Amino acid sequence: MKRIRVIPVLTVDNEKLVKTIRFKKPNYIGDPINAVKIFNNKEVDEIVLLDITATKEKRSPNFSFIEEICSEAFMPFAYGGGITSIQQIEQLFKLGIEKVVLNSCIEDNFNLITEASNIFGSQSIVISLDFKKNIFGKYQLTKESGSKKIQYSIEDYIKKLELHGAGEIFLNVIDRDGTYQDYDYNLISEVANITTIPVVACGGAHSIESFKNAINSSASAVAAGSLFVYRGRTKGILINYPTQDQLSEEIFNKI
Amino acid sequence: MITIIDYGAGNVKSVENMLKKIGVESILTNKIEKIKSATKLILPGVGHFDYGMQNLQRTGIIETLDKKVLVEKTPILGICLGSQMLGNQSEEGIEKGLGWIDMDVKKFNLNDSSLKVPHMNWSNTTPNKKSKLFESMFENPRFYFVHSYFMSPNNHEDTLCSVNYGGNFVAAVEKENIYGVQFHPEKSHKFGMKLLENFANI
Repeated sequence: MKRIRVIPVLTVDNEKLVKTIRFKKPNYIGDPINAVKIFNNKEVDEIVLLDITATKEKRSPNFSFIEEICSEAFMPFAYGGGITSIQQIEQLFKLGIEKVVLNSCIEDNFNLITEASNIFGSQSIVISLDFKKNIFGKYQLTKESGSKKIQYSIEDYIKKLELHGAGEIFLNVIDRDGTYQDYDYNLISEVANITTIPVVACGGAHSIESFKNAINSSASAVAAGSLFVYRGRTKGILINYPTQDQLSEEIFNKI
Repeated sequence: MITIIDYGAGNVKSVENMLKKIGVESILTNKIEKIKSATKLILPGVGHFDYGMQNLQRTGIIETLDKKVLVEKTPILGICLGSQMLGNQSEEGIEKGLGWIDMDVKKFNLNDSSLKVPHMNWSNTTPNKKSKLFESMFENPRFYFVHSYFMSPNNHEDTLCSVNYGGNFVAAVEKENIYGVQFHPEKSHKFGMKLLENFANI
């Protein structure tokens, strides 16, 4: 039996838990601290918390809020959103988080990855990549919630991340966010073939079967948002997570 | 009351959070007087072996710790890097470890290219000897690991439990009053809480 990490992603607009579709139409879900407490009880593998409005609103990470959440998170905990400096990263680790997720600031400052991974170890430095299809149907790397293009090709950018000491790639597909249309397995394979850095698949998961398929497409771990905060596609809010038996039967024993 | 040794290690806050959750008091200190009166010690740690040992040396408390652990037999729990530091040395660096457990720390050398280093995952592990740390433990205990180096005790009987990752490696060590866990109990849900509670009750 081989275990893999199955990771709920909580997106927040400052202190409100919300869920988007294609990074738009944020739907209010509830209190993120309450969600973390429920995920504790469900013994989730890890949590990624992303403040999706921090960069847009030019806000620093909301440290007191993150500290409060951390004090209730008895699993590995990653935070992303509004991080631009090594001082902020130091502060976040002091609060008890395990990983920082960097995105919009990296294109102009690859050295931040190096600086941070030299101090905290590369395993704690996650780079989130937001993929979005252009009008020709080809994937383009974007930043600032998909509003700006990254000027590098996919391969060049990922090679640069690797060179600078990134520890994990959080692969997110904007076109599939909140759509339940399944992960883009070709893209997962393509990215995993470019790099030896572990790839976490996100964007479009519709069931536990998606997780298994992503791993079989060379992802090292899987993540999802809607799947873990809604009850099916009817969108009733229900914080949920598969049991260990389900994970073993439907993933761990099949990969 | 648990005394957490303060030498600038990264995961201290999470350890404090979990101890608080299970109702165990703790203090974080590197003051010799406080260490001298400690009844239970935790040596946390994340990061590079040499960085950890040098920072610990800088606090000037190693001599006091030697006496506490080896003479007074005060229970001590090393976590992750803190556990590796209980040994003689590490392939990660050149500094000498604390040498309380006869073991070396080695780098993963995996043949299977689908297995990444660091080993960053949850793994199931059960002790191969009776241990107070695992008393009344929940069924199928699993713990969260993040490490590129692993402990390799020279005496088989110091191994408490193992995990398979491209081969077996030691996940925890125990020798008399000295305990070391490669994983992070502070990030391992009820399994970690039970383990820390057990340590607090030793």
